[in-house]
Amino acid sequence: MPLSSTVAANAGAPRRVRPLARRLQRGDQIAHLITLIFAATIFIVTALLFYELYTGALLTRQKFGWSFLSGTTWDPVALEFGALPFIYGTLVTSALALIIGVPLGVGAAIFLAELAPLGVSDGLAFIIELLAAVPSVIYGLLAIFTLVPFLRDYVAPLLQSTLGFLPLFQGQSYGVSLLAGGSILAIMVLPFIISISREVLLAVPREQREASLALGATQWETTWNVVVPYAKAGIIGSIFLALARALGETMAVTMVIGNDPRINLSVFAPGYSIAAAIANEFSEATGDMHISALIELGFVLFCITIAVNAVARLLILTTTRKSGAT
Amino acid sequence: MKTLVSVGVLAFFCVSCADSERTQAEAPPADQVLINGAGATFPYPIYSKWFNEYHRKFPQIQINYQSIGSGGGIRQVTEGTVDFGATDGPMTDEQLKQAKTKILHFPTVLGAVVPAYNVPGVTQEIDFTPEALAGIFLGKITKWNDPELKNANAEVNLPDKNIVVIHRSDGSGTTYVWVDYLSKVSPEWKSKVGVNTSVNWPVGLGGKGNEGVAGLIKQTPNSIGYVELIYAIQNKMPYGKVRNSAGTPLKADLASVTAAAAGAVETMPSDFRVSITNAAGKDAYPVSSFTWLLIPSKIQDQAKKKVLKEFLQWMLTDGQNMVEALSYARLPKEVVAMEQKAIPEIE
Amino acid sequence: MNSPRTRRRMTNIVMFAITGACTLGAVSVLFFILGYLLWQGGHALNLDFFTKLPAPVGETGGGFANAILGSAKLLVLASLIGIPIGFLGGVYLAEFGGTTPAFVVRYTTDLLNGVPSIVMGIFAYRIVVVTMGHFSTLAGGIALGVMMIPIAVRSTEEFLRAVPNTLREGALALGATKWRAVATVVIPAALPGIITGILLALARVAGETAPLLFTAFGNLFWSPGWNQPTASLPDTIFKYAIAPYEDWHQQAWAAGLVLLTLVLVVNIAARFILRRQRRDLRG
Repeated sequence: MPLSSTVAANAGAPRRVRPLARRLQRGDQIAHLITLIFAATIFIVTALLFYELYTGALLTRQKFGWSFLSGTTWDPVALEFGALPFIYGTLVTSALALIIGVPLGVGAAIFLAELAPLGVSDGLAFIIELLAAVPSVIYGLLAIFTLVPFLRDYVAPLLQSTLGFLPLFQGQSYGVSLLAGGSILAIMVLPFIISISREVLLAVPREQREASLALGATQWETTWNVVVPYAKAGIIGSIFLALARALGETMAVTMVIGNDPRINLSVFAPGYSIAAAIANEFSEATGDMHISALIELGFVLFCITIAVNAVARLLILTTTRKSGAT
Repeated sequence: MKTLVSVGVLAFFCVSCADSERTQAEAPPADQVLINGAGATFPYPIYSKWFNEYHRKFPQIQINYQSIGSGGGIRQVTEGTVDFGATDGPMTDEQLKQAKTKILHFPTVLGAVVPAYNVPGVTQEIDFTPEALAGIFLGKITKWNDPELKNANAEVNLPDKNIVVIHRSDGSGTTYVWVDYLSKVSPEWKSKVGVNTSVNWPVGLGGKGNEGVAGLIKQTPNSIGYVELIYAIQNKMPYGKVRNSAGTPLKADLASVTAAAAGAVETMPSDFRVSITNAAGKDAYPVSSFTWLLIPSKIQDQAKKKVLKEFLQWMLTDGQNMVEALSYARLPKEVVAMEQKAIPEIE
Repeated sequence: MNSPRTRRRMTNIVMFAITGACTLGAVSVLFFILGYLLWQGGHALNLDFFTKLPAPVGETGGGFANAILGSAKLLVLASLIGIPIGFLGGVYLAEFGGTTPAFVVRYTTDLLNGVPSIVMGIFAYRIVVVTMGHFSTLAGGIALGVMMIPIAVRSTEEFLRAVPNTLREGALALGATKWRAVATVVIPAALPGIITGILLALARVAGETAPLLFTAFGNLFWSPGWNQPTASLPDTIFKYAIAPYEDWHQQAWAAGLVLLTLVLVVNIAARFILRRQRRDLRG
């Protein structure tokens, strides 16, 4: 980081619009326009996707209306379709993935950025990035033979003996479960959280750290009270990426989640996620109504992503405003 | 910007070197025929074997088959994005009506679905009555030492443990064959659950693919599921006998599957769409099925039409000699003869 | 005075130990996976694997040459779509954003990232394959390219934002126009991060199977040009991993290993270029 660390500045805060008028030359306008065009492509692609899903789901929307969301039966033979168990499974596994993945990922990023020598840190980060390239199906197959028995034989009994009074941790454990789905997701989102958080932490100017250390803070206090808040926006950004990935991950989850469309409070019970349902049934579905129902599931997932992002964005807005004030 | 350029250069380098590699490896002859097909997963090994052999025999012909699922095969051939399809369950009348050109079914090989289990302490083969299988998959028989199971297996020391049912979560021809059988032997299954490539399972855990189900069965004590015969053999999984319509307990093998097909010969309709689960005959394994190629009756491209017809002829003769090595059962002679008569229907 | 200080020191040690444990956990997962791939697929790797077409079942040998080439072609196409849109879109958000269109674009980017890969496959199938009437390398490349966009955009934006404002101001004070300041000062400063992001995006799509099933489709043979179906590594891994044969499984694991190595090589190459460039900047 030869350049960025030489100058101290507050980059974490949202940039103000600068008095550009006098600099406004042709080049600026062209650059603005070009980047805008490319940015607009993203919007157009997303809009097109939204439209495709919306029209593809016409048949089920006409038949079931809003009851598609509250229905709990999924019966391709009787053509009765309800999405609630899938919505529940998607939300629970994604939440579990973040609960497990975020502390682990941010912790590792802090270690790599603040403590490890740069060479080691670069090497390890590089290795972790490779995790993002492992095909889903390999994660899934490995998980069946390692993670699933591990959860069934060790983790479940442990949680049941300590926290078994909670309904979350009751019932028989088969191994394949919401917890297994959440755990494999946590592992899969780690590279996104770690690599991006680490880069953001490394980009924090050295002066910030030095000022804090000079005031007598320990290294951890400097990290936790100065560096991490400074990099907060970037870290939250990485968590967004992770969340989006978790919501949409298919192949690995479907191999370990149990694929049972019933709502169970216990995380040891099997469940089902939206993406898994689409992946499982789309390629073999032949009836128009069945296909339409699967596309509507995709549409529902899209809407969940919209909602989850809205909530998270609100969260960011409030937190960055606070740190922006300092 | 520099990086963009360098990434581009790198990419270009990759392509150009890869291109030269290809031209060296394979100079395509002038009259090359490329044919694409898609569909069922279950016959993928034998199809890839056939198309490979055929390419070796006629290097200018490349028939590319991709296993995207039976439903996918039916849809793609209906929409005309592939030259032929393949399926484990015959197309329904309604589906046939949707296709622009008439679609012909050609049976290729036979397969069987077996009940595979993992019951610690049980080394003998378990003998399943139709009632026991239906009861287990309906969630009515929940213990391994249920009287229905015990009566049929006097010598087996069945434990007093809960049965964990494992089924396919992905829509599949395997599921279609299994539930088709269950609905033939159990009126309750027929009315409550029905037949499809995906159903609303009354009980159990879902595994993705044969591999997923096989993995779950191996990993879960006291579990039972259904997989294709090849998977059970290749994975060395214990699987049970099933009592057929004559009451004979039979283990699935090439002979008993072929017997089921032989039983269907007399009733074989001219369009080959037939279910042979719970077939008559005392040697017939009851959970057997054909798998089909789906070929449009009108093919515009003359070269493709010629190749497909010749391939079908080859598949019914030389091709059949390769199937048993891969644990598929070959077609009965009578069916082969019927199909050979049907080939000219492709125009 | 003494005891709070010890407590602070203890906290320091304990907390960093915990972060170290986190790192160990994350890294060991990778070593576990790599080790497993090596153990299962290592001995299926030989020269044939890289130069031959897949062997039919029942015969030993054969390779994934067509899948390796197919993956390379698909990734080139994906990069041609994903990198310009992702990179320039990110530049827009970070440097010209702050307005309503920027908010909309940022939001839709997150949505795009959450679209399950299988849905992306269905989308590309309906838009490209149905329109063209057949499966093709092109369709697969487009599906992967669209999947690359969100990660590339978001990371480009994050890292441009992390560049201190004083750098921009310095360049502007020297009389540079805004776009020159961005192109010559801000982007080079943020480059390591941006490349990390783009590589992550590339790595992610390199391992995707679901969007390819209904677009690139797969091929048992070589795929001539860009207009025919093509084999790819993840797709072949998937088909081999779910087949019943032990030697196919071994080849699937070996292909997984090759895929990781491919990503590794691209990673190293990019970093190498980057380091040289940084040296240029300094000198």
